[in-house]
Amino acid sequence: MAQHSAHDSHGGHDQGAHGSLKSYLTGFVLSLVLTVIPLLVVLNDWLEGTPAMVVLLGSAVLQFVVQLLFFMHLREEGKPRYNLMTLLLGIFILVLIVGGSIWIMTYNQVAH
Amino acid sequence: MLDQIKEFASGFFVTGDPLIYGADVAIAMTMIAVVSVLTYFKKWTWLWREWLTTVDHKRIGIMYVIASLLMLFRGGVDALLMRLQLAVPNNDFLTPEHYNAIFTTHGVIMILFMAMPLMFGLFNLVVPLQIGARDVAFPFLNSLSFWLFFFGAMLFNVSFVIGGSPDAGWLSYPPLSGKAFSPGVGQDFYIWGIQISGIGSLATGINFVVTILKMRAPGMKLFKMPMFTWSVLSSSLTILLAFPILTVTIALLFIDRYFGAHFFTLDGGGNPMMYINLIWMWGHPEVYIVVLPAFGIFSEIVATFSRKRLFGYASMVFALMSIAVFSFTTWAHHFFTMGSGADVNAFFAITTMAIAIPTGVKVFNWLFTMYRGRISFPTPMMWTMGFIPCFIVGGMTGVMLSVAPADFQFHNSYFLIAHFHQVLIGGVAFGYFAGLYYWWPKVFGFKLNEKIGKWAFWLWNIGFYVCFMPQYALGLMGMTRRMSTYGWDRGWWELNLTSTIGGFLMGIGFLFQVWQILHSIKFMEKDTTGDPWDARTLEWSIPSPAPHYNFATIPVVDSKDAWWEEKQRLVQGEAPKPKPPLEPIHMPKNSGIPFIMGFCWFVAGFGLVFDWLWMAIPGLLGVAGCMLAHSFNYNTDYYIPVDEIKATEAAARRSV
Ligand code: HEM
Ligand SMILES: [Cu+2]
Repeated sequence: MAQHSAHDSHGGHDQGAHGSLKSYLTGFVLSLVLTVIPLLVVLNDWLEGTPAMVVLLGSAVLQFVVQLLFFMHLREEGKPRYNLMTLLLGIFILVLIVGGSIWIMTYNQVAH
Repeated sequence: MLDQIKEFASGFFVTGDPLIYGADVAIAMTMIAVVSVLTYFKKWTWLWREWLTTVDHKRIGIMYVIASLLMLFRGGVDALLMRLQLAVPNNDFLTPEHYNAIFTTHGVIMILFMAMPLMFGLFNLVVPLQIGARDVAFPFLNSLSFWLFFFGAMLFNVSFVIGGSPDAGWLSYPPLSGKAFSPGVGQDFYIWGIQISGIGSLATGINFVVTILKMRAPGMKLFKMPMFTWSVLSSSLTILLAFPILTVTIALLFIDRYFGAHFFTLDGGGNPMMYINLIWMWGHPEVYIVVLPAFGIFSEIVATFSRKRLFGYASMVFALMSIAVFSFTTWAHHFFTMGSGADVNAFFAITTMAIAIPTGVKVFNWLFTMYRGRISFPTPMMWTMGFIPCFIVGGMTGVMLSVAPADFQFHNSYFLIAHFHQVLIGGVAFGYFAGLYYWWPKVFGFKLNEKIGKWAFWLWNIGFYVCFMPQYALGLMGMTRRMSTYGWDRGWWELNLTSTIGGFLMGIGFLFQVWQILHSIKFMEKDTTGDPWDARTLEWSIPSPAPHYNFATIPVVDSKDAWWEEKQRLVQGEAPKPKPPLEPIHMPKNSGIPFIMGFCWFVAGFGLVFDWLWMAIPGLLGVAGCMLAHSFNYNTDYYIPVDEIKATEAAARRSV
């Protein structure tokens, strides 16, 4: 029983097989592309300052989405969707702490 | 050659302090004693088979408890050394450098190596039994978590005799903790000790979230779970979100120290304030991580010893879960004085005050649970009664600290020290003590001696107020924290002396607890009922100590306080629920890999501390090897045949 759930720990919530070879390959290629883009942009000095930052952050966020969909199988989860709920909570906390830090540190007199 | 060795040894070992030489001797003698006892009684294979390789949550829980009580002893000795130094003015018992090291190790050990593992011990001992499960969701990972904690804690502790202790405070703010101001290895021991055990804590958090969400007995809906289980869920979720922040922050500090980066140094564009901001983003949730389970423990105890259902179940759940989320919104109250401006301070002051509301709700729930109950006062209930007033006062001084303008006065004074000890000792330590007393008979099959326990209770409680109440006054009189001595002209010595006396009363209280445990092991009668407190939740429905598969047949739950309802039905003459026939039970096999992997981490950490790559690299390779070995191990489980279950149950009932 105990070992059961340890064994098929991800079998617990999404019965059936995980994705197909095709979806794994798509995910793999997409994540490679999303890694290469920022690398090229920065190494070749194609962009600088804010535009470079936007490209970097943009591809990082897309990378995150690709990982979740193709490798973490977020779409295939059965109910109750605990993975989705914890993810949303995590994102909420993330926004809170990144936003909060920027706010705190911007008005920080030492930082000026 | 000989000279070289001598020179190396004098840098490697901590030298020049009689206290430490004394400790060296004590450590060497203890080790020799342990090794010879194990050898004499031929217990090495027993130790390895039954304990070091176990994946049974109950045994892992016991190991956590033993380790954390040892750490409580070390942290307590640190505390008493500091109190001794401060007892009289101009004391030169401890040098200022030594004092710095001691408050740092005291703080780290008490929170990360005492409170956390004691909490994990209680999680392990209780949660699977409370939800009617046979183990946690990931038993192997559970054992790995323990060994990572254990070897991380050992790495931190050896700094005491090898290389020198960290001395930049329990949170190690840069620039003091940077390479420029802390060139020694102490800070590196801090980094690796915490990193290694931190991975274990994160894994435990994951393990218990999954266990609680996925492994409850049939019929136990979320809103039928016992309150302790709810509190573990909220604490584990908070671990899940907070510990990565600690890991990243300490990793950045490591990169600064090791590779000369500038995340936290002003030259090169970094900012030490960023470290303070980051570490408290973990640090504040951390205090709730340790106190939430204590709230859960009190809820179980109050209901059991009032013979009543917990008052306001839904509001309690709501309070626990909302604290888990909102504990992430208050971190800046730890650095109001940093200069982030009035808007920031006002915001964080208000969030801090707001979080006191759900906590207040809980206190009222406990009081209303007792109202018109048939109350009795054995030791677990006494600790609960000690906790409530202590935590109320501690909470109220906390609200005082949250008033940002006033905090400019209180900040880093003894007022703060008194406040956080009041919530940490009165809330966390008392809570875990209560839990230990309450579940002890379930774990070991006998109660702890009540009479000695009452002595311990009163010594701790009186000692607590004698020790910490004067410190509020000292804080207001201008005594700042972390000061190693003060002059006669300050007018502080009477209060300090009083405080030291209180500290020693608590120390005696601890000795009474040790005596209580030893005495009870020898003299207490075996509990044959499995339910000595006439309690309410499922863990009391099975024999004590629980058989290693916990439940011969998985219970089916249809209400809160399932075991209590079942007993009520029996009293009214209803037939007990028919039990399904026994089936072979699927169990995880023991594994030596977690222990070996923890040891490899220790080797790697030690190498990294001294910058010995010849040691660090093999250590890390060992870690990788363990992971590979486990990935290809398919022989991880077995079945207990029905006959064996029958025999075990019969034996348990016979003594029952
Ligand atoms: C016997 C009970 C205890 C006594 C007498 C005691 C005493 C002290 C003393 C004297 C200090 C140093 C104050 C200073 O010089 O700034 C201190 C600091 C501290 N204590 Fe305790 N303590 C006790 C229990 C605990 C417990 C149970 C915890 C946590 C669960 C804890 C957590 C801390 C922390 C985090 C610090 C701050 C360390 C730092 O400044 O970096 N203490 N304690
Ligand atoms: Cu806080």
